[in-house]
Amino acid sequence: MLLKLELHSNPEALCLVRATIERAAEVLHFRDAEARAIVRSVDEALANVMRHAYGGRPGLPIEMSCRRLEHGRQKAAQDGIEILLTDEGVPVKPSALQGRALDEIRPGGLGLHFIRESMDEVEFMRKKGKNLLRMVKYLSPTPQAVVTEGE
Amino acid sequence: MQIVARLATGGTILDITGDIDLAHSPAMRKALLQEIREKKTPKVFLNLEKVRYIDSSGIASLVEGLKASRDMGSRLILYGLSKTVREVMELSRLQKIFEIHESEAQALGS
Repeated sequence: MLLKLELHSNPEALCLVRATIERAAEVLHFRDAEARAIVRSVDEALANVMRHAYGGRPGLPIEMSCRRLEHGRQKAAQDGIEILLTDEGVPVKPSALQGRALDEIRPGGLGLHFIRESMDEVEFMRKKGKNLLRMVKYLSPTPQAVVTEGE
Repeated sequence: MQIVARLATGGTILDITGDIDLAHSPAMRKALLQEIREKKTPKVFLNLEKVRYIDSSGIASLVEGLKASRDMGSRLILYGLSKTVREVMELSRLQKIFEIHESEAQALGS
């Protein structure tokens, strides 16, 4: 376990979580764009819990845990990060997981699209009366150094 | 997040500082709609130079502002987008529907 956070459904907490997850992504050597993708996904997922699962009610529990994935261990295909979010809100409706067509110019419905575009694996589950969201981001392979022989 | 309004040629500049997330997008939405609908400002410039982060609720507020400006026959002009903000705009595929400029000088001259 890399990190475990227990927070409440207060939007003011989001900036703290973003700072924490950004640092965790740096520690795991994610590139800047990948780190921003992870931060964005966690932020949007937490915002969805606060707005939809808890209907905007503050002070309700959310648990977030992050695990380092290492190639060859825990069935991980590559190195990366696994993030689990758990809440006790209303079950997520399958229709809400469809997202919406982006050619519609209207506010709302973008959060899930951002998550799906930013992460490599996204999985919603309902376990023991709780919503569970699992997100995985793999580290991009480091480009091989080009070695040129001197004359 | 902080919002400061200042007068500019033909309109008002809203200088936004900080993160536009679920906690703060309602304040930006309110300021934006007030400028467009209540004050009927012909050009509203949104200075995003000091915005470090924007989420989908912030983008939704911008879309609402854009729709309101179209209804009122006014213009909503964005400038100074950071890499992070541009990335989110691109992800939402909405960058083409907004009037976006690099700098304040370019925005004011548009």
